[in-house]
Amino acid sequence: MILSEIELIEPEENRVKIAKDDRYLYYDYLIIATGTHPRPDETPGLSESEWRQSIHDFYTFEGATALAKKLRTWEGGKLVVNIMELPFKCPVAPLEFIFLADWYFHEKQMRDKVELKLVTPLPGAFTKPRAASLLGSTLEDKNINLVTEFYTERVEPEKNLLISYDEEEVEYDLLVTVPVNMGADVIERSGLGDELNHVPVDKHTFQSTDHDNIFALGDAANLPTSKAGSVAHFAVEVFVDNFLRYIEGLPMLEKFDGHANCFIESGFGKGILIDFNYDVEPLPGKYPLPGFGPFSLLQESEMNHWGKVMFRWMYWNILLKGKEMPITAQMTMAGKWS
Amino acid sequence: MTTREIAGKEIEFDEEGFMTNPEDWDKDVAVALAADINITLSERHWEIIEFSREDYQAQGEAPGLRRITKEAGVPTKDLYKLFPKGPAKKIAYVSGLGKPTGCI
Ligand SMILES: Cc1cc2nc3c(=O)[nH]c(=O)nc-3n(C[C@H](O)[C@H](O)[C@H](O)COP(=O)(O)OP(=O)(O)OC[C@H]3O[C@@H](n4cnc5c(N)ncnc54)[C@H](O)[C@@H]3O)c2cc1C
Repeated sequence: MILSEIELIEPEENRVKIAKDDRYLYYDYLIIATGTHPRPDETPGLSESEWRQSIHDFYTFEGATALAKKLRTWEGGKLVVNIMELPFKCPVAPLEFIFLADWYFHEKQMRDKVELKLVTPLPGAFTKPRAASLLGSTLEDKNINLVTEFYTERVEPEKNLLISYDEEEVEYDLLVTVPVNMGADVIERSGLGDELNHVPVDKHTFQSTDHDNIFALGDAANLPTSKAGSVAHFAVEVFVDNFLRYIEGLPMLEKFDGHANCFIESGFGKGILIDFNYDVEPLPGKYPLPGFGPFSLLQESEMNHWGKVMFRWMYWNILLKGKEMPITAQMTMAGKWS
Repeated sequence: MTTREIAGKEIEFDEEGFMTNPEDWDKDVAVALAADINITLSERHWEIIEFSREDYQAQGEAPGLRRITKEAGVPTKDLYKLFPKGPAKKIAYVSGLGKPTGCI
């Protein structure tokens, strides 16, 4: 194992240049897993004079702690959560943040002093229709406004305004932003990325569309599904068997279906769970045991919240130790109703 | 799925109103589809449509705004002027392509 910054990937030479000792590593096969990262510098006005003052993010450790501190003494006003660009990692996070903010201000007995607004470039609260409609009505029930198809061009930090490409404006007192997400700079430098530095790959096998001996996994790839830890997890399960076949010269068999599975904390001790893939949108039902659950899909419940709490334990004790999870990598239709 | 007559051809559309067979598309169809959404096609419109058609051939899906801006060199602001209110969808519509995915 070598711990080092990767400076350049040279696919024509089959080698990777690392910062440590200016070394080259030669490869037969290369697996890229450099992730995707928030880039506030991509939006004019965002990370300038008001950054971490009236404009915050929660995707970095520094951002999340600064925002928590800000909220402790904030006296209320217009709190706007906005999404700059698609795709971004953990697509349910802005919804989860705003649900939890609603709960937090209730608990602080100041919800009446706070106007909550979610501003998104999407036509609804989520891309897929059934989930968009359920999550949309959950927002409504919680008195959270939703502004759709708002594609932010710039922020005017002195005037507290978000401005879209078609010159619409949204005013805020406190902006919590999900900045543009982009793949690692090394991907761009190496000429391996698309317009957002994500690596174009076959969506079932993760093989690079340009280089047969390069694969990209997780957030680094341009897969048309959520950029989420659950997706990376399911994807790797499918990938390992396939890759072992590939290096033996055998055809790759199993196909990744884009399986994603996300808990959404919705506040007041409840949660929502969604389960979907490339072809099947999130549907209502029971999970993981058909008919029994104990978790309810696309529905708010206390059990779902406890699922997320339990997952904390599973993460450290099962996932990170590489033990088998009691969940299948491929999505199943059993227990879902449409 | 619905079928409408566009520029003298029977064209099939999906539930969201996008053409299902990009091969049925031609320039007359584009002019008619643009007229549908109150757009008169200028040379700049055509540049974008042609880029989108080519990109679709290569990538298998309609390009998003950022991709058009970066690869075709048309500023996003101009895309909003040429195809007001939801340019990504309007460009795909006039170019006879499916709805851009805008993945999540
Ligand atoms: C606050 C937050 C909450 C989230 N919550 C959830 C959740 O509840 N559920 C869920 O499923 N997902 C969640 N996610 C998303 C999840 O964390 C990511 O999808 C997942 O980590 C992707 O894994 P990855 O290995 O592809 O990329 P990453 O975990 O981002 O790893 C990429 C690695 O590559 C390294 N790297 C990049 N460039 C270079 C270079 N040039 N040289 C050397 N190293 C480099 C980076 O330092 C990093 O360590 C959340 C993400 C955040 C930020």
